[in-house]
Amino acid sequence: MLKIENLQARIEEKEILKGINLDIKPGEIHAIMGPNGSGKSTLASVLAGRADYEVTGGSVEFLGKDLLELSPEDRSREGLFLAFQYPVEIPGVSTTNFIKTAVNEKRKYQGEEPLDAAQFLRIMKEKMNLVEINQSLLSRSLNEGFSGGEKKRNEIFQMAMLEPKLAILDETDSGLDIDALRIVANGVNQLRSKDNAFLVVTHYQRLLDYIVPDFVHVLYNGRIVKSGTKELALELEERGYDFIKSEADQAV
Amino acid sequence: MDAIQFFTDAYAQQSSSLHLHAFQQSNLDAFSTMGLPAIKHEEWKYTKIRNLFKDGLTYTPTLSNSEIKFQTLKGTEEANRIVFVNGLYNAALTHLIEAEGNIVVKPLDTAAGDEDAELVKKHLGHSKDYHLDGINALNGAFAAGGVFIKVKPNVVLTQPIVIYHVTDNANGMIFSQPRILGYLGKNAEATIIETYVSTGNSESLSNEVIEMCVERDANLLYIKLQNEGAHSSHTGTTHIRQLEKAMTQAITISLSGAIVRNNLNMIMEAEYGESHMYGLYLLNGNTQVDNHTIVDNQMPHCFSNELYKGIMDDSSSGIFNGKIFVRKDAQKTNAYQSNKNVLIGANASANTKPQLEIFADDVKCSHGCTIGKLDEEALFYLRARGISETNAKALLLHAFAGDILQQIKYEGLRTHIDELISERLSFQI
Amino acid sequence: MQEENEDILEQITTSEYKYGFVTDIEADEAPKGLSEETVRFISAKKNEPEWMLEYRLKAYRHWLTMEEPTWANLHYPSINYQDVIYYSAPKQKVSLSSLDEIDPELRSTFEKLGISLDEQKRLSGVAVDAVMDSVSVATTFKEELSKVGVIFCSMSEAVKEHPELIKKYLGSVVPATDNFFTALNSAVFSDGSFCFIPKGVRCPMELSTYFRINAANTGQFERTLIVAEESSYVSYLEGCTAPMRDENQLHAAVVEIVAMEKAEVKYSTVQNWYPGDKEGKGGIYNFVTKRGICAGDHSKISWTQVETGSSITWKYPSVILKGDYSIAEFYSVAVTNNFQQADTGTKMVHLGKNTRSRIVSKGISAGKSQNSYRGLVSVAKNADNARNFSQCDSMLLGDKCGAHTFPYIEVKNNTAQVEHEATTSKIGEDQIFYCNQRGLDTETAVALIINGFAKEVMNQLPMEFAVEAQKLLAISLEGSVG
Repeated sequence: MLKIENLQARIEEKEILKGINLDIKPGEIHAIMGPNGSGKSTLASVLAGRADYEVTGGSVEFLGKDLLELSPEDRSREGLFLAFQYPVEIPGVSTTNFIKTAVNEKRKYQGEEPLDAAQFLRIMKEKMNLVEINQSLLSRSLNEGFSGGEKKRNEIFQMAMLEPKLAILDETDSGLDIDALRIVANGVNQLRSKDNAFLVVTHYQRLLDYIVPDFVHVLYNGRIVKSGTKELALELEERGYDFIKSEADQAV
Repeated sequence: MDAIQFFTDAYAQQSSSLHLHAFQQSNLDAFSTMGLPAIKHEEWKYTKIRNLFKDGLTYTPTLSNSEIKFQTLKGTEEANRIVFVNGLYNAALTHLIEAEGNIVVKPLDTAAGDEDAELVKKHLGHSKDYHLDGINALNGAFAAGGVFIKVKPNVVLTQPIVIYHVTDNANGMIFSQPRILGYLGKNAEATIIETYVSTGNSESLSNEVIEMCVERDANLLYIKLQNEGAHSSHTGTTHIRQLEKAMTQAITISLSGAIVRNNLNMIMEAEYGESHMYGLYLLNGNTQVDNHTIVDNQMPHCFSNELYKGIMDDSSSGIFNGKIFVRKDAQKTNAYQSNKNVLIGANASANTKPQLEIFADDVKCSHGCTIGKLDEEALFYLRARGISETNAKALLLHAFAGDILQQIKYEGLRTHIDELISERLSFQI
Repeated sequence: MQEENEDILEQITTSEYKYGFVTDIEADEAPKGLSEETVRFISAKKNEPEWMLEYRLKAYRHWLTMEEPTWANLHYPSINYQDVIYYSAPKQKVSLSSLDEIDPELRSTFEKLGISLDEQKRLSGVAVDAVMDSVSVATTFKEELSKVGVIFCSMSEAVKEHPELIKKYLGSVVPATDNFFTALNSAVFSDGSFCFIPKGVRCPMELSTYFRINAANTGQFERTLIVAEESSYVSYLEGCTAPMRDENQLHAAVVEIVAMEKAEVKYSTVQNWYPGDKEGKGGIYNFVTKRGICAGDHSKISWTQVETGSSITWKYPSVILKGDYSIAEFYSVAVTNNFQQADTGTKMVHLGKNTRSRIVSKGISAGKSQNSYRGLVSVAKNADNARNFSQCDSMLLGDKCGAHTFPYIEVKNNTAQVEHEATTSKIGEDQIFYCNQRGLDTETAVALIINGFAKEVMNQLPMEFAVEAQKLLAISLEGSVG
């Protein structure tokens, strides 16, 4: 589904990704872990097409297409979803309206008829239960004045509505208490199927207790320095990132 | 008498300048063309400046008595002292404690003809384009009596420089025109405090211009304290040019006066400059204080923050006019401005005009202003705890002013000003 | 990406003006230029009574002594007032006995503008006075309105039919001598609308005037007067367009509102005069004086404006809060692009006790335009417990435009509470990216964000206008979910 080869990227003059290789197949959940500043969020941003980052080398293939050639909106319409670490606030734009626009833009892209209000509402109700989000939140302006937990839940709700093929969760656990974390994880698990895949970017092992990954990769200094199964995450939890750092630094 | 005639006569009486003659003459010409601003002049809408230039004011073209006695500013006893008498720099009364070689203080006219001539040429009169109203030019016509202050590069002054503007008005109404040019070399750090004292109770008017250049990485703390009494009027311009990564904090405190006009200009000429501007006007009687500030952002990445607070009792009047300019090239400017006023007196008034003029798009600018009374909830809360209404009000007003006071890092001076304020608020415990 | 965003911004902000066509209809015109003769000519054309002519001449003579104001943040070549045609009326039958007799060319002009003069075809609930150049060509639903005592007619008709009301109120809020443009308008105004809502009547439908400039070289000088008697209510809408022409055309209007005790007047404008082309050529010079007085206690006046047109806008809809407990509101969205310049805002003058006012202004600048908010909040000595809250936000699209804020606040009463807040920022790139990530293209994203930015004001517009206004803001969101 997603094939990243030797991906390199920088912001302004600073090299951040120095050659990432990663292969994600349908049905899989991959976790990317790593210390602060290792390039985790950069990877998520580059995949979504944020303009601040310049790709300087490598390739990314998504569902048979050259992802790097696509505009951010087309990446989204192709089925790539980024749950933002810091969801932006847009005053005056109702959340419901926003999601409806997004859903119908995607349908148009896929050559489908737009949903009418009734159809949309029905689907919305259904998905709302999934992430335990309530109507009052959705009639407010997009993310404006939402608590940290509400913003993250809104991200997962939008993910449910847009039914992506690949969802990237960028530090979705940061700033969440245990109840909110459980709700978010629960939403993800229910959306999980043999046809879609998840890339979970996180600093802590905590989230992975709830969203159990098939593979765990450790990102350090712009490279994946170690890959393994969920046991690797537990080892990291126990031993911290230092042993990885020293291993990697020695290798260089 | 006609103002232009009056000042042309005064101009002729002053001692002749060695090196600033052309500068003075061109300013006199500019003044003669512009005259004094009428209230139709947008920048003088609320301040009837013409009323200040009344008959009977005298200009004293030569130094008066050097034995003059004046009270020093509490809390700054150890500081360097520069003294002006009736608008003329007085070397005899000036006293520097700073090690020789760290700072240079000399008559402006001298500086214009020696190794600092280049600096004088570059910075003297830079403020004039911001004040096309005759007042600034008028001061320029008398600039030779001013002082030049230079803090050398990398020097961190241990004590502030306190500039005393002494008006010897025991025997008549005095009009004065002090002029200061200050220069902080690269990476230097200094505090400059201006304060105003008079020896008598006759009316007076000082029309001042202080221009400063804060070089790259230099750091300036500037404090202007006005508490000269109800007979004194003042029009003054503080004009600060900031180069790369320079930082300036300016605090203007006005506690008394007849008509007071303070212009404060921050010219952000290079990237990453930073300005903090604080003002407090605590007024009573018929005092009128008019604060005009300009932040001119010309280059990217500059930051400015401004907070002015006013408390107006009796028939006093507080005016605030703040302009933020963001020029075309000044992307990534962050500029904030806030003006808060409390009206206490039944005949008090507040006029405020915060302005934004923005020509670059990637900026974050905001301003806010409020005019209101004390928070009734808070007042009630205090009274419910057994505090008298008078004291409750005083407490709240004191707290309101506190935001500005706490910006003064010299404890002795801060305590002194705090006492002046407490006294004014008739805080009784 | 950055570049692409800018391209799209450019596309959005340079879309074509849709109302720029010219109607080919013969017109009855005054000769170019302004003199006492012109004033007499206009008055005679309209068969006005002597007192009206006197009013005009007095205004004209005063105008001669005045100078054009220069304090606004506007730059334009000086106007040659002798190069303007002050009266131009489309030729049609002398008097119409019914709406069916309107010239088909005129009828189709208004159809094209989305204004049907056919009562049957009109959406119910809106009565229209249609003004082309200097005269009112039709007023709909007059009969129905007269049943409840509401007078809604052209100003020319009002001068003849209701002289006592016109004598009493014309110039009572905006005196002819108020400023240069009011003096000019008072001398040469040719038509406009008059609304009178009698005591206790809630006007059963929205009243609306649609202004159209058609003829070349003419100025439009209309006059609107709304009088709401005790405990009455009316919502009034105003729209305007003009053909695309290379020369600048002058529009100097005066609107006056009087609200008596407990009366409420809501006045909404969608101003879409021709803004000039991409190079800044042509466009309307729009100098308008709008002022209302809350004359009675508990009265309310609310101005809502969406300003997208004109090459020059000089306009400050104001309210004098004279009655105790009176309320005034000003909601404004001003969009400028290309070479447009707008200097607009409001004045809230608090005279009565316990008066309240609210100002919400949203400025959006694009292209090479300059957009200024200028406002005054004043609290007089005796206006105990006056309250004002003002919020002025500016958004910049592109780095060649300017946004300016000039609020004046003058308080002379120590029980007043006045708050003003203003912000300026550019459209958020992170917001655009977030929308992109959810599959919205940048054009849609920008429209959505601008719509959100202006929402508080758009919400104030009557439904029918809101739709037109949204389109005007280049918003093409299809459908909405309740």
